[in-house]
Amino acid sequence: MDYSSFLQMSDEFSLLTVMIFLLIYDIFAGEKGAKNFQPLALVLFSAHIILNFFPRDAFSIAGGMYQYVPIQTYVKAILNIGTLIVLLQAHKFLNGEANHHKKGEFYFLTLSTLLGMYFMISSGNFLMFFIGLETASIPMATLVAFDKYNRKSAEAGAKYILSAVFASSISVFGMSLIYGSTGTLYFSDLATLLTGTPLQIMAFVFFAVGLFFKISLVPFHLWTPDVYEGAQTNITSYLSVISKGAAVFVLFTILIKVFGHMVTQWQPILYGLSIVSITVANVFAIRQQNLKRFLAFSSISQAGYILLAIISGTAMGMASLVYFVLVYMFSNLAAFGVISVIEERTGKVKMDDYNGLYQTNPRLSFVMMLALFSLAGIPPFAGFFSKFFIFSAAAAQGYYVLVFIALLNTIISLYYYLLVIKAMFLNKSENPIEKVTSDTPLKISFVICTLGILLVGLFSTIYTQIAALSFGL
Amino acid sequence: MYVIERAAGNIATMVFTADTVWYAPFNIHYSVGVDGISIVMLILTSIIVFTGVFASWKIDPLPKEFFLWFCLLSTGVFGFFISTDLFTMFMYYEIALIPMYLLIGIWGTGKKEYAAMKLTLMLMGGSALLLVGILGIYYGSGATTMNILEIAKLHIPIELQYYFFPLTFTGFGVLGAMFPFHTWSPDGHASAPTAVSMLHAGVLMKLGGYGCFRVAMYLMPQAAHELAWIFLILTGISVVYGAFAAIHQTDLKYINAYSSVSHCGLVLFAILMMNETAMTGAILQMISHGLTTALFFALIGMIYGRTHTRLITEMGGLMKVLPFLGVCFVIAGLGSLGLPSLSGFVAEMTIFVGAFQHVDMFHRVLTILACSSIVITAVYILRMVGKFLLGKIVNEHHEHLTDATWFERISVVTLLFFMFALGSAPFWVSGMIHESVLPVIGQLIK
Repeated sequence: MDYSSFLQMSDEFSLLTVMIFLLIYDIFAGEKGAKNFQPLALVLFSAHIILNFFPRDAFSIAGGMYQYVPIQTYVKAILNIGTLIVLLQAHKFLNGEANHHKKGEFYFLTLSTLLGMYFMISSGNFLMFFIGLETASIPMATLVAFDKYNRKSAEAGAKYILSAVFASSISVFGMSLIYGSTGTLYFSDLATLLTGTPLQIMAFVFFAVGLFFKISLVPFHLWTPDVYEGAQTNITSYLSVISKGAAVFVLFTILIKVFGHMVTQWQPILYGLSIVSITVANVFAIRQQNLKRFLAFSSISQAGYILLAIISGTAMGMASLVYFVLVYMFSNLAAFGVISVIEERTGKVKMDDYNGLYQTNPRLSFVMMLALFSLAGIPPFAGFFSKFFIFSAAAAQGYYVLVFIALLNTIISLYYYLLVIKAMFLNKSENPIEKVTSDTPLKISFVICTLGILLVGLFSTIYTQIAALSFGL
Repeated sequence: MYVIERAAGNIATMVFTADTVWYAPFNIHYSVGVDGISIVMLILTSIIVFTGVFASWKIDPLPKEFFLWFCLLSTGVFGFFISTDLFTMFMYYEIALIPMYLLIGIWGTGKKEYAAMKLTLMLMGGSALLLVGILGIYYGSGATTMNILEIAKLHIPIELQYYFFPLTFTGFGVLGAMFPFHTWSPDGHASAPTAVSMLHAGVLMKLGGYGCFRVAMYLMPQAAHELAWIFLILTGISVVYGAFAAIHQTDLKYINAYSSVSHCGLVLFAILMMNETAMTGAILQMISHGLTTALFFALIGMIYGRTHTRLITEMGGLMKVLPFLGVCFVIAGLGSLGLPSLSGFVAEMTIFVGAFQHVDMFHRVLTILACSSIVITAVYILRMVGKFLLGKIVNEHHEHLTDATWFERISVVTLLFFMFALGSAPFWVSGMIHESVLPVIGQLIK
């Protein structure tokens, strides 16, 4: 057998190399080595990102199990940059008393989930997809419960693993039904064999549950607020952006590649799900006091918006989706970064605690403001452009009513994002949160996020590059 | 510069254009250009921003942030008037939206958080309707270009126009205080700081009229003809209802806010009449009302800064104490009710002459009802002036107030100058407006 073809999976191999190197270094480096662990890890990971930044020609390995198309490089690059930002933000947390001996494990677990997402994205067969899905989910549960002696983290971890395993089992059941009705699990063969018989529709619904769970669409979202609130904030940010971003892209590609002939069946399902997700999440977000739960519901509604691009099914939809994930990553990571640094220094996560934040922490308030306005879709920030393109993609296929409902929901979402702005800028407070200084890696991550929010919208090259490689139905 | 360009024989629809491809997959270009109407709107905005800055010379706390957001707001407004691409225009509209929340919420008075939130959410609602309308126009016209002038040459199917014309017109109408979407306006204007009220009532509400004109009527003329009657009734109600509501108010800013609802309703009313005279009158009314209301808000701000009350029941006889401000206030009031030689007369005269050119009963009856608003305007203006400027001094603390300072005089005199200029010699403006209204009329007649 020709094993050299496996070397074509360069992103997976370079990530695996980084992971194994870090594992060995963590085990064998002594006290002195442990101090250099994080900078070394960040440098190696940045090298990995740069190495895998440029798209190559399409290829497939192992008879179609692993299929690569150029757009996947951009998606993986977005996930990489997001992971880098999360690792930068987690720098201080990992050097703390309770966690410095677990640093290596944190990196290894995080990078394992990332590796799982790579396999999920590049899969060409349902089994490969399942391997990727599980590799991305199970270490994630460990990470959610990372803060071992915190009751809420342990509870969140338990909720997450039980729900995730349950959803994955339903998903596998769906995949087995697909195998039962067509006799193959390879995506390229399935495209012609799936014709929309009732068994196949049921199989599709069961299979999709796994992905809907990961994207946290309503009504598969019940784990999201509790897990986001319980997990340590840096892990929540990783979960909300990277995990979700990978899952939406995979959903789109599988719907296009495998279920292409069943378009008329899955479009109404997604139509209903998106309306319900956006609306329910927005309504629930209004009442939230805890900022982590607040951002959890906001991210559920953002996932609903992403569904609009998936419903359109066109190349424009794919380009808008990837672009939206990029912008969403910058905005959400900036918001969570602010929350994480304030929570770490002062332990406060409630909206009322943020009253008068501008008086003591003007720059943090500014970053939070940029992030929230980008999430709400206000120009000139990138969120406006990403929302406009998503709505364009849906409107191009004639879904004007859906766009209208989504737009009415942006008004509701603007209301609750403004509640946080109101707390920071408008409300006066007797004792606002005292001045919080950020360490250098966190500052670097804020700079990256801010530049992303401000520039990605105004410079069109990023979108045109993505659009050049997108494909649709 | 514009006048020189036109005199040199440049008869293109838009001059001083610039166009760069921005997002090619969506045919979005960053394209800007001006014609006569944009130019006068730009001049109006410049005057009001200039005078607004002087009126907020002593703003406090956080003056740096105030002017930062004020500049961002001005950027949005300037950009809106010069854009010739639907996406660019929409983007600038939204840029002008959020600074309002922060400006009113932080530097406002009264129930500012409530007013700021209500204003922002309602204007965002208008922009939501507008976005659906823009996407409908783009895809309905064949998805080849987002440039307004290009789309005007294409044809949008009539069924789609029936859906998207109301959406677009209402979207802009929310900003132009069309009944029943005007409710953000009184609270918003009353709670905002002086310069923000000036810019808002003077310029932002004109964004609505300009947008209706440039996008809704220009690009969807067939639907405009068919559906204009609905909006004529709604804007007619705004005109009369706004004026009646102003009679009842005791807070100076609320009187002015409802007066703005009434006058901006008149702008939309005139645009819907769809003939040359009325549309020229609409643009003139935009400028005239902009100047008048900015002047009013500036003066109210100055008086509030001295007496710390805006209720006309608590003030009286201020003409003796503050002669400069009092006289300017009276002149502003006379301009608002349409005294000849001030700009209000020119605008309203043109509008009503144009509106009456329609021979059918529906238009004529509505025109007569709208004319009645002139009388009602006189009632509330004279009541306001009489109550707090003339008569006896009600509060003895008011006897020792100082009259206007140098920076306040600059802003007030500038606005008065332009009001008189427009009122006495409107031809220097109406010529520019008229030739730019012609392309739109051409579309509507077809």
